[in-house]
Amino acid sequence: MKILVGLKRVVDYTVRVQVKPDGSGVATDGVKHSINPFDEIALEEALRLREQGKATEVIVVSIGAQTSMQQLDSGLAMGANRAIHVKTDRAIQPLTAARVFLKLIEQEKPDLVILGKQAIDDDANQTAQMIAALWDRPQATFASKVEVLGASLRVTREVDAGLETLDVDLPAVLSVDLRLNTPRFIKLPDIMKAKAKPRAIIDFDSLGVDSGDHLTYVSYAPPVKRQKGVMVADVPALVAALKQKGLL
Amino acid sequence: MSKVLIIAEHANGKLNASTAKCVTCAAKFSPAAIEILILGSALDAAAAQAAALQGVTRVLSLSNPANATAIAANYAPQVVAAANGYSHIFGPSTTFGKDLMPRVAALLGVSQISDIMSVTDSHTFQRPIYAGNAIATVKAPTAQPVVATVRTASFAAVGNGASVAGIEAITVDVALPNHTRFVGLEAGGGERPDLQSAAVVISGGRALASEENFKLIYDLADKMKAGAGASRAAVDAGYAPNDMQVGQTGKIIAPGLYIAVGISGAIQHLTGIKDAGTIVAINKDSEAPIFEVADIGLVADLFVAVPELMAALG
Repeated sequence: MKILVGLKRVVDYTVRVQVKPDGSGVATDGVKHSINPFDEIALEEALRLREQGKATEVIVVSIGAQTSMQQLDSGLAMGANRAIHVKTDRAIQPLTAARVFLKLIEQEKPDLVILGKQAIDDDANQTAQMIAALWDRPQATFASKVEVLGASLRVTREVDAGLETLDVDLPAVLSVDLRLNTPRFIKLPDIMKAKAKPRAIIDFDSLGVDSGDHLTYVSYAPPVKRQKGVMVADVPALVAALKQKGLL
Repeated sequence: MSKVLIIAEHANGKLNASTAKCVTCAAKFSPAAIEILILGSALDAAAAQAAALQGVTRVLSLSNPANATAIAANYAPQVVAAANGYSHIFGPSTTFGKDLMPRVAALLGVSQISDIMSVTDSHTFQRPIYAGNAIATVKAPTAQPVVATVRTASFAAVGNGASVAGIEAITVDVALPNHTRFVGLEAGGGERPDLQSAAVVISGGRALASEENFKLIYDLADKMKAGAGASRAAVDAGYAPNDMQVGQTGKIIAPGLYIAVGISGAIQHLTGIKDAGTIVAINKDSEAPIFEVADIGLVADLFVAVPELMAALG
């Protein structure tokens, strides 16, 4: 089994992002960037499938500027076999990303494509579903458990009603949720070993993908903050305050 | 003029409240028509509930044994076939809608707006990004249908109208794939109200310190007929199951009353509750960030305060 894994470069989850004073965007210059945490879980799952002998090759893919190579380097150090960097300086939207993946799928013919359920920058939660639609293959989103059953996968999904289990025939697309696994740490020798791994760079424009960037991001604003309320001294005062608000 | 098609979410003959919230969102830009498409196998009860909603002009019912479970790969081509002529196709930003709507958008070759939280006009919306740390205003082109998910915590559910819309059974000519098969659903939560629709939610955090101690949260929730939630820290520590997780990476909720017990108030948790009516925080640490957003704060040991609260409730 050959697995394609998407790794998006995003502002690190520990950074408290700030909206620029003129509302033109979010300040991302000079702040720490990392692999989208959900994508890291996607890669970990692919590596585990390879270590179990279910997969033979794991390819990491990133779409973005030159700097995205840092995240691919990390993916290779984690254990991916090779990397594909689709290079563009434009911020692309999920439909365009899905169309890029479809091109790579046509070239690489993977059995499985795994992505994080959402990227923690645009929080769109769309790309995996869109890839599955364009590829006309099954999707199992928000995966928290994956088992290989011959030519299909049994996937447990975290849905609002609880845990749903689906069987999907391969090839398929997965989007993964937090509880699927805990990604491994990268050790120094792995970074050295990864230096020799193949990295392909493809210019975005050379793929001939129709742009699906249909949305215009007009402006950005900080969220409206809730006001701090009152402090009560003890439980009877809490009960009185709730009664006063008509909540008890 | 705008014509909106809302994809209904339902289970066991009951329309999910998220559908009525999508109607509220759509009504904000005064479209010429708001219609509901409901897919499933035994649809009469849920379709009737959809038809009763205020502002709904027609309900399209697409019944098929293959639609008994909501498999996105099966639903999406049927939605596309039924959605011809609509300017907007909305679904709730629940796991049902998040799974289905991007697949619909991609088949239509259009972008999707995720998590609409407010409406400027028929093609301009606000949505949260960066875990709610920024709000983006997004404009969709008018030359193509707007496919979007509606952040249910941002809109109140519309009530029933004075008149009832007509229900039309429709069929679509779509060959369904057989590559995705439903195996089962292990329901979480038990008898307690669903977190997304509960009027009152009691959540516990890491300070509960064990799975056994979480019984305090369940007992208080049962006493108040409330839903029971948990912070990500409590879920990660194994004190509570993941389907109870409230926050950006779990459920985003808007109950009338939210009681946070032993929750410090990480940003990702606060993002999940910021639309709650009244937030109550009980925490030993007076410096906990949860107190910055709580309407009523009580600095106290939860193991003393919660039993005392239960006694006071009688």
